[in-house]
Amino acid sequence: METRLSRYIWTHTRKQQLWILLVVALSMIPYFLSFDLPKQIVNGPIQGEGFEGPEATQAFLPVSFNLPGFGEVNLFSGFQLEREGMLLALSLVFLLLVIVNGLFKFYINTYKGRLGERLLRRIRFELVDRVLRFPPSHFKRVKPAEISTMIKDEVEPLGGFTGDAFVQPALLGGQALTALIFILLQSLWLGLIAAFIVAIQAVIIPRMRRRLIVLGRERQLTARELSGRVSEIVDGIGTIRGHDTSNYERADIAARLGRIFKIRYDLYQWKFLVKFLNNFLAQVTPFLFYSIGGYFALQGRLDIGQLVAVIGAYKDLPGPLKELIDWDQARQDVQVKYAQVVEQFSVEPLIDPGVQAISVTSVAPITGALAAVNLSVADDGGSRLVEHVSLQVRPGEAIAITGGSTGGGEALAEAFGRLTWPESGRIVVGDDDIHDLPESIVGRRISYASSEVYTFQGSLGDNLLYGLKHAPLTEVVYEGDKAAHRRWELLEAKLAGNPSLDLNSDWIDYGAAAATGPDDLFAKVREVLDTVLLTNDIMALAVRSTINPAQHEAFAGEIVAMRGALRRRLEAEKLSDLVVFFEPGSYNVEATIGENLLFGTVTDQARWEKALEDHPFFKTVLKRAGLHEAFYEMGLEIAGNVVELFRDLPPDHPFFQQLTFMAAEEIPAYEALLQKLRGRAIDEVSEDDAIKIIRLCFGYIEPRHRFGLLSEELMSQIVKARREFSEGLPEDLIGIIEHYQPNHYMASASIIDNVLFGRIGHRHTDGSERIRAIVRDLFETLGLYNNVLAFGLDFDVGAGGKRLTAGQRQKLNLARALIRMSDFYIFNQPLLALDQRAQEQITRNVFAFLRQDDRKPAIVWVLANPALSELFDRQAHFENGHLVRDEAVETAAKDSDYKELAS
Amino acid sequence: MLATHSEKRTVMLLKDEVEMLRRITLFSGLPPAKLKLLAFTSDRVIYGAGESLFHQGDIGDAAYVILSGRADVLVATQTGQLKVAEVEQNSIVGEIAILCNTPRTATVKTTTALEALRIRKDDFLKLLADFPEMAVEIMRVLADRLSQTTSELTEARSRAQRAEA
Repeated sequence: METRLSRYIWTHTRKQQLWILLVVALSMIPYFLSFDLPKQIVNGPIQGEGFEGPEATQAFLPVSFNLPGFGEVNLFSGFQLEREGMLLALSLVFLLLVIVNGLFKFYINTYKGRLGERLLRRIRFELVDRVLRFPPSHFKRVKPAEISTMIKDEVEPLGGFTGDAFVQPALLGGQALTALIFILLQSLWLGLIAAFIVAIQAVIIPRMRRRLIVLGRERQLTARELSGRVSEIVDGIGTIRGHDTSNYERADIAARLGRIFKIRYDLYQWKFLVKFLNNFLAQVTPFLFYSIGGYFALQGRLDIGQLVAVIGAYKDLPGPLKELIDWDQARQDVQVKYAQVVEQFSVEPLIDPGVQAISVTSVAPITGALAAVNLSVADDGGSRLVEHVSLQVRPGEAIAITGGSTGGGEALAEAFGRLTWPESGRIVVGDDDIHDLPESIVGRRISYASSEVYTFQGSLGDNLLYGLKHAPLTEVVYEGDKAAHRRWELLEAKLAGNPSLDLNSDWIDYGAAAATGPDDLFAKVREVLDTVLLTNDIMALAVRSTINPAQHEAFAGEIVAMRGALRRRLEAEKLSDLVVFFEPGSYNVEATIGENLLFGTVTDQARWEKALEDHPFFKTVLKRAGLHEAFYEMGLEIAGNVVELFRDLPPDHPFFQQLTFMAAEEIPAYEALLQKLRGRAIDEVSEDDAIKIIRLCFGYIEPRHRFGLLSEELMSQIVKARREFSEGLPEDLIGIIEHYQPNHYMASASIIDNVLFGRIGHRHTDGSERIRAIVRDLFETLGLYNNVLAFGLDFDVGAGGKRLTAGQRQKLNLARALIRMSDFYIFNQPLLALDQRAQEQITRNVFAFLRQDDRKPAIVWVLANPALSELFDRQAHFENGHLVRDEAVETAAKDSDYKELAS
Repeated sequence: MLATHSEKRTVMLLKDEVEMLRRITLFSGLPPAKLKLLAFTSDRVIYGAGESLFHQGDIGDAAYVILSGRADVLVATQTGQLKVAEVEQNSIVGEIAILCNTPRTATVKTTTALEALRIRKDDFLKLLADFPEMAVEIMRVLADRLSQTTSELTEARSRAQRAEA
């Protein structure tokens, strides 16, 4: 990259800089005209100069000029106007000039701003582009947060400077030079004095600024390191807390902030010292004029008029000069920043842009072998992980790599996967070095998966299909405003040197997944997920998710229809008592009293709590239904039981997990409340206390808590009160409860709850397991399985996939590689987080998957479990970085078979 | 449906469970309040005839106190399932696996409809830590079983020797 910012700016914005310079020069004309106009207005129409008689008129807008050697040329003699007319005309001209000046300023500022933003966009893109092409070893040395700080923050001031890079010095320099020449014309000697002082400023100030530059660079580095450390703290928070090292981190951050403070304070001190000196030098000049010029004037060697003119002219010099010096300061500042950033991004060897060039066409299969030739791979410390290994993987071959973690097989696989570059030797594909071939070949025809997984934030499905997004394959047709917007996007991208690839295009290469389009891709997805045993995990995520029934009307309808099917199925299998369904006319013993009363679920817990406390509605309905007192008694009973059970336990006792009525901390309060309320009827109890007791009932489930509080009569009373609750619900409470309706999909409930429309009995230990299996089976028979799975694929995996388990992430990563039709699959212990049995099962599945339909891609698998090597054609065994054994697996077995037969 | 549930309800209250627990030697030394807590934190579970409480080889996550019904204790052998014991009301099964973190040593399969109290592993261990007398009782029960097993083993061996001779 260009190391000097000014050259970088000039290269990319030359034409625009010249244009804006021209516009600025043009803008000077009305600017200077507007200077002279107030004087004309005051002297002319206001003070009456030239309007001596009452009827006197003056010419307005005469156009005449003196042509040397020709005399005066009169093009337009102007309008003759009286005094008032003249005043109005000149004032209007003044207004016009104000507007013109303002418009010029507006245009110049927006133009400069746009220029800066475009350059900023260009440089940011260029930096990210370089990150995409960094050699692998570089990523071990840099912290991600530092790189992002550089791209985001450190180059930011460059944009602001770009517009002023050339215009400002030209303009200010011109102004300063004009003023200086004017002074020189007035008086040579005084002019020379002024020039001398200016020269001192020009020499000393930049010299002093050198220290500022050093400090500025330090400030930038320390700030960048700070952001790196902060992100380390965030990433390593578990380790920090686990080891009680938070205070060490506090000390480190405090020390860094102290250093940053010191640097910044130094910087301020220097900055203001320089400013002081600068101001002083500027003021010294008039001192010299007054003293020396005055002395000469007293002696009669200098005309007083001349001296006054010089002093007057000097007024115009310090302004531009100061701004020029400020500009220079800004220039040095951004130059330092720029140089710093460029230095960090000038990494060699950068991957050649041609290697990553986009290719929209499908790539022909690799027919040659993938081979390591005399390959050595070293770690960062320089110790060799693989030494002089030659291994050829012919197309269609399956090779097991064994030897454990010190063997070197993993390093070899990483080299095949281009995660590390060889120290010596080569990886070749056919006859070509793998690093010379474009990524459109090696990144598609070779698939790599290891246990180190990176999942991008987004949906599970997006992550699964990530490996198919090589190029924008469709041309999106935009219409109307969107088309205009797209044209604008393309133009701007071009002006800022960004690529014009359309993110809205369909990037998924269906052909590469052996599908013809979005419709039959899903079958492939399902097959791959089945292969890595991820389907059930995703189904579990799916059925626990909530969907918006307005968006998925048909599906929601099918789920509602499925309720009946589930009932019939449970009846057929004699499992009816597994689930107690919600029936509008009967009490559901497996649900809470609250659910039974509301016949729905609370969707807004906070509002519900508040309404329970101070809304008269609940109390009136409970009273009318004759439940108020019953609930109060029941609440007392519950409180008594809970207090008795949990009174003596410390608040962190694990048994409190079983307590749903109140929090452990509330027990003493309830104990006191019970004391207070003992023997008092409900009408003698304050409203607040009654509510506190009554609310306990809402969470009660008889089969679970078994306090023996529900009688047949009470249950029917609750069912009766149900209707009043749903029909009489006041307007301000609507929306906090979603009612159970047998023919409606409940938006606030999960898919599985919508299917069940009831509660699984508490008395069956494996009830939910069995129900889940039955529901899965029903989805399959009713043809809803894929729909539900699709909702699972919408699951947001969170930052870095943290919402998935490590095992799920590794399965997903393997599936991501499998869905791509490649010629070589490199699997580097991709399933370490899983147990032995699951690993074995998936390995076998993967073999079955990759060997179906006459496909025979090569498989290189670094095995943790050597027992699996029977699946492979060859086994390559590594020890201490050397390939010690490379033999056919089958032949060994066949030999022994043969021997057995022979004997 | 509702009727059957309410019918059962009349016999399955916390206080009845406490009574039942009290009859089990293992828990007889505990104060009633603790028994109630134990009952409250446990799940009341029901099984039909022929269902399994757990299978041999599973990871043990709970012990079961049988409140009503019967079950067979079965061990897998080369010749098939071998019934080694029968358990009935007021006995506790499955405590070994949660005490020593081993997989289940046997399968427990009901022969009649069965009702049990399922005590989760963590709760059970916490109880043992809180009540040493319960731990002693557990030791006593285990030692009993061990001596019984030893005598059975001796008998089996001598039988085997006789057969060989």
